[in-house]
Amino acid sequence: MRGTSLFLLSVSAAVVSGSAPACAAWQPQKPIEFVATAGPGGGTDNIARAVQNIITKYKLTDQPIVVVNKAGGSGAEGYVYGKASAGDPYKVIFGTSNAWQQPLVSKVAFNYTDLTPIAAMAQDEFLLWVKQDSPYKTAGDYLKAAATGDFKMGGAQSKDTDEVLTRMIEKAGHVKLTYIPFKSGAETAVQLAGGHLDSHVNNPSESIGQWRGGTQRPLCVFSPKRLPQGAKVTASEGWGDVPTCAEQGLDIKQYEQPRTVWLPGKVTPEQAAYYVDLMKKVQATPEWKDYIDKSSQIDTFLTGADFDKFIKEDLEHLRQVASEQGWLVK
Amino acid sequence: MDNLQELLHGFTIAVTVPHLALMAVGVLLGILVGVLPGLGAPNGVSLLLPLTFGMQPVSAIILLSSMYWGALFGGSVTSILFNIPGEPSSVATTFDGYPMARDGRPTTALATAFGSAAFGALVGVILITFLASWVAQVALAFGPAEYFAVYFLAFASFVGMGGAAPIKTVVALAIGFAIAAIGIDTVSGSVRLTMGIDELVKGVNFVVAVMGLFGIGELLVAVEEEFHARAVSSKIDWREVFRAVGRLPRHSVALLRSAAIGCWMGITPGGPTAASFMSYGIARRFSRRGRYFGTGEVEGIISPETADHAAGTSALLPMLSLGIPGSATAAVMMGGLMIWGLNPGPMLFVDQKDFVWGLIASMYVGNIVAVVLVLLTVPVFAALMRIPFVIIAPLIVIICVVGAYSVSNSYLDVVMMLGFGIVGYLFKKLFYPLAPLVLAIVIGDKAEDAFRQSMLMSKGSLGIFFANKLVTCLVVGGIALLLLPLVLQFVGLWRKPALPAPETTAQEKVII
Repeated sequence: MRGTSLFLLSVSAAVVSGSAPACAAWQPQKPIEFVATAGPGGGTDNIARAVQNIITKYKLTDQPIVVVNKAGGSGAEGYVYGKASAGDPYKVIFGTSNAWQQPLVSKVAFNYTDLTPIAAMAQDEFLLWVKQDSPYKTAGDYLKAAATGDFKMGGAQSKDTDEVLTRMIEKAGHVKLTYIPFKSGAETAVQLAGGHLDSHVNNPSESIGQWRGGTQRPLCVFSPKRLPQGAKVTASEGWGDVPTCAEQGLDIKQYEQPRTVWLPGKVTPEQAAYYVDLMKKVQATPEWKDYIDKSSQIDTFLTGADFDKFIKEDLEHLRQVASEQGWLVK
Repeated sequence: MDNLQELLHGFTIAVTVPHLALMAVGVLLGILVGVLPGLGAPNGVSLLLPLTFGMQPVSAIILLSSMYWGALFGGSVTSILFNIPGEPSSVATTFDGYPMARDGRPTTALATAFGSAAFGALVGVILITFLASWVAQVALAFGPAEYFAVYFLAFASFVGMGGAAPIKTVVALAIGFAIAAIGIDTVSGSVRLTMGIDELVKGVNFVVAVMGLFGIGELLVAVEEEFHARAVSSKIDWREVFRAVGRLPRHSVALLRSAAIGCWMGITPGGPTAASFMSYGIARRFSRRGRYFGTGEVEGIISPETADHAAGTSALLPMLSLGIPGSATAAVMMGGLMIWGLNPGPMLFVDQKDFVWGLIASMYVGNIVAVVLVLLTVPVFAALMRIPFVIIAPLIVIICVVGAYSVSNSYLDVVMMLGFGIVGYLFKKLFYPLAPLVLAIVIGDKAEDAFRQSMLMSKGSLGIFFANKLVTCLVVGGIALLLLPLVLQFVGLWRKPALPAPETTAQEKVII
């Protein structure tokens, strides 16, 4: 597979080459591999392919780019591969907060410190979703019912972002929820539509079709302020009409999942700087804005010390939740 | 009959010169990726995906789905000719397809497979056309308990009817479950059975296991037996292609039964792999020539192929209407839908009528294009069987090594593939059945997840498997299939205490 695509890409690169970017300290000299830590069609795969397309379209590098999926072990396969490729600046790993979250709660053979952070490029929001015909109008109604009933909360993977948020809801709302892990957010959305669950905390893109189709609706968003209005999703409502959870008495002000970009460890600062610059150029294009809009994410760009600070803060918070739940690996 | 009108409108979109050309290109590319092991439909479709971004969504989906049809057909070619299944769903085709091809009838085997596959696909697409809205509702009724019941049914229908000694079947199943457990566990999130090898966190890929078990395993057995060491003298006969297809209606019972199983498993969504195994298992029990299955029976090819394609086609429906992909390829296409700005889900049928019905119409046309192209290639592929074993054997090794490596560019996979080759050889020599092992590797972890999700929901009570009519029927059906051979054996023992001698040899041959 790789051989064929490399061939096709190098042909296309040969056709379009000729516009070398202005002098930078380090330039790639051979094909670049984008490693998506998710299967084809997943959110992380989509961002890797979106970036690949933009770079190819604007000829931001002469070198061909191939996307490789390494989704095994909830993405651990991709990170382990990145760790094993230490010193190789031709492997760019696309992931989420998994990179620092997973090593905390399961015995995977990597840590985020084995990788070189490049940037966090987009934030995915979380919302609290219920079935369309459920009686709850606000997060308050939901919490009141959950306090007496036996509520089932679905989510993607175990001890991952969805379950962490579920435990935070339990704590903030003084309720007890039964968390049921599924393989993906899409699967969880269908389980809710079928009435097998009471709620889930999917990202906007994972449930937009279900919302529009009238099988489920969001109660609130875990964000400090309402989302940008954008186009209407249903006949009467858009993302901006969804109240924040804090507004409704569920006191979780902010919970987001960053899409992260990494190089393997032991690369030179010049090589890392090249990719930071490359990603900045990608972010400035209209195609990127289009991608962000279509996937209903928030555009951000964290790099260097800011990115570091973000990781440290997130990690501190996660460690607290994980130790309360007894998840920490010894 | 609103749907019929929509469909006719769809045909006006699908049957245009550029779209027909796209179909032909898609099908040919699909056959290519299907035949080359290690590529497979999901990879092929994801390679092609970036090229479609500039296209109209309907043109793009026609190209991609045609490629999918082509790959499904192409996957059967290597299963039949070399015993190397390119897709999980064509494993069951090897059981009778490969013996028939080795027997000097590769043309018949290929033409039978393609003919019944086309029939299955046709039934699947008719189902989509007329029952779209109803079918979408059925899929919603499936919670974890129902999922588990469907997988249980698939295991039961295959295992209960296996030809091998029951205890050997259980051993093979258990090894399969253990292999499926390697990697990260969905329910607990912890790492299991990696034995200190960091890379094993990704689990064991199906392609790696199957290439070793079937491709290399078969090769090792063949080297030992002189019979295999000569080329098969197969005459290339165009008429045999048509004769084989013409003979299909004689097996109408098997065709219809398999199509029904396929559609059911495609919708529910047990998927094409479970469907083909289940269909094969049930055919072996109910066919009059069931005891000869595994030696190159026509119905042993018809049953898995028809069910595979019926399920593969009807699996597209849950993808469009619910946003759950029924197969890996459907998952890639769903990613494509989002990039084209379409949201799979219940509203797609309302908002994007042109797209949906153009796609459905293209399924009819695309499958016809695919089967015509693929039947034309039969003699070419059949000619491969005439190449002497001394040349083909190293080629198979190369194909398996490259195929295993290309799954995730990992050397470990190659080593594992060779290890599975030795396991496959040992299984054959010791008369252990391979099929339950493969079935457990492919759907073992899904069955496990579904079971444990159910247990979380019910707080540990098995009552959840009898909580409603649907799940009760599935579970009772599974238990019945599991016990049926025992009951029949009892009745048989009681009636005629002494087993006739020839039966035992047939039994041994049946082991696969």
